[in-house]
Amino acid sequence: MIPILRVHKPGLHTTVQDLGRYGLQSMGVPVSGALDTTALRIANHLVGNEPTIAALEVLGAGPVLEVTTESVRIAVAGGKALIELLSPYRRQLPTFESFCLHRGDVFCIGPVTDMAMTYLSVEGGFDLPPAMGSLSTYTRGGFGGFNGRQLESDDELSLVLSAAPVRDELRFVERRLPGDLPIRIIPGPQDDFFTPESLHTLVSCDYTVSSAVDRMGMRLKGPQLEHARGFNITSDGTAPGSIQVPGDGLPIVLLADRQTTGGYPKIGCVISADLPTVARLRPGNTIRFALATLEQAAEARRERESWFARFRSHIKRSTLSGIIDPITLHTQNLVSGVVGPDDATELGK
Amino acid sequence: MNPPAKFLPNGDTVMVVEFGEEIDLDISRRVTALYAGVNALELAGITDLVPTFRSLAIHYDPEIVSFAGLENTLAKILPDLPIDDFTGRDWSIPACYDLDLSPDLEAVAEACSLSIEEVIQRHSSDTYHVYMVGFLPGYPYLGDLTAEIALPRKATPNLRIPARSIAIAERMTAVYPIECPGGWHVIGRTPVRLFDETASPPALLAQGDRVRFTPISRREYDCLAEKDAGANHVLPHGKSAT
Repeated sequence: MIPILRVHKPGLHTTVQDLGRYGLQSMGVPVSGALDTTALRIANHLVGNEPTIAALEVLGAGPVLEVTTESVRIAVAGGKALIELLSPYRRQLPTFESFCLHRGDVFCIGPVTDMAMTYLSVEGGFDLPPAMGSLSTYTRGGFGGFNGRQLESDDELSLVLSAAPVRDELRFVERRLPGDLPIRIIPGPQDDFFTPESLHTLVSCDYTVSSAVDRMGMRLKGPQLEHARGFNITSDGTAPGSIQVPGDGLPIVLLADRQTTGGYPKIGCVISADLPTVARLRPGNTIRFALATLEQAAEARRERESWFARFRSHIKRSTLSGIIDPITLHTQNLVSGVVGPDDATELGK
Repeated sequence: MNPPAKFLPNGDTVMVVEFGEEIDLDISRRVTALYAGVNALELAGITDLVPTFRSLAIHYDPEIVSFAGLENTLAKILPDLPIDDFTGRDWSIPACYDLDLSPDLEAVAEACSLSIEEVIQRHSSDTYHVYMVGFLPGYPYLGDLTAEIALPRKATPNLRIPARSIAIAERMTAVYPIECPGGWHVIGRTPVRLFDETASPPALLAQGDRVRFTPISRREYDCLAEKDAGANHVLPHGKSAT
């Protein structure tokens, strides 16, 4: 039998995402991938996956899923959300911590309350055909992930592993993602299309995230930026985090599904280390920008890597005495009941 | 004498090498030359290359290669890059200008004081250069469209332009590979798929290719659309390829 996660309810916008699709932007293929690569990396680490393995990106309210395989190891990392086992009995499940669920278990990820999204990783990942080398879903193009679209009820997500290998569960005690305001930006490549005051306005005034946010970009509200040379440029390449400014003078930060080229001038670009922090913001949130140099951007990436090094050293292992006893008991019962020593190698496949 | 290329940061993971700000064949040639040159170098840490009308966007991993290091390398190869004529492929793309598939054709004719037949004739008699592929998967920017049928983009974009629509705006023509909103004037449709994620490469056209539109009847269109046909690929010396 094929190991499957069955979708009872899809949630608001749940897609399969990995770290993105590179090498095809010259053909107009967007990179896509997880909006918050930091949270994806954490979720993957907790279930023992490589950082490149695809997970479910949950925007807003999450899905209700049923396990229809022997067992699966799961971790949810990102924004705060109530994860609950609904069947065979109700029980809260942990975040930032791996745990195992078993055949017939139905669980849900509630609305993400403090950020835009959270990630659900399963050990071994999803058994889906890559589109052009990646499992990232690009819904506008209708390719990648699960049939090129967001999840729908009754979808069946095939899993690579039919049972979770027996080992310690991992827990990230801090349960907190790195990243703060202000968001650092590097001016250009078309900062000369704006009045000199405009760059100053952008980095000295508060902006608000508008309701026009999707995986492609985030439109901001706040003081208008003034074009000095019109708002049409001969199209050139965009970057992740490019801040383009159309005719209304309000900035748009380009995110994972951004178009590969664009015809609006770009006053600056969010540094790569701060991009996940931007993507987590929700409509109504305040965003502030600050100027940075390439050197500072490189330093920020080093800081991010040292954060990950600390993160890995702060991971707690729990065998069968985890923080939530009923879960542990549930796990223990099934582990001892279903997985005998002779099965261990078989299950490890 | 060409102005020197500018090396501009687009954040800390993209370098833009800019040759100008215009749509211009000479600039396009220089972009193409650098695109080929950087590809040939096989530099470590380059994650993607995006040739556009007037620049090459070089996506890189700053933990492997630095902006300064990249600029150094490129400044060395730039003066000696051979600026050749485009070596891309020649395509003949069937185009149906049936009014049912061409919602803006009558308005274009009226705005340009031409008959519908004259608009079709103007659009299908030139060979277009693929300046770049971008915006959407497989979306080609083709130029230069004759000034006789050049119109500004619509003030209010259409919310839904069907896939494979052939459209014009300013001195450009293009084919929408997928259904999407757009502000260009739709004057025809092709039965050819310009993007297929299961094909390798997935986009039919590439920067540097040459394209002609061959008028076909509605009957031929329906027949080809049903067969989901590929474009007739014409080699530079005019022989048809399979």
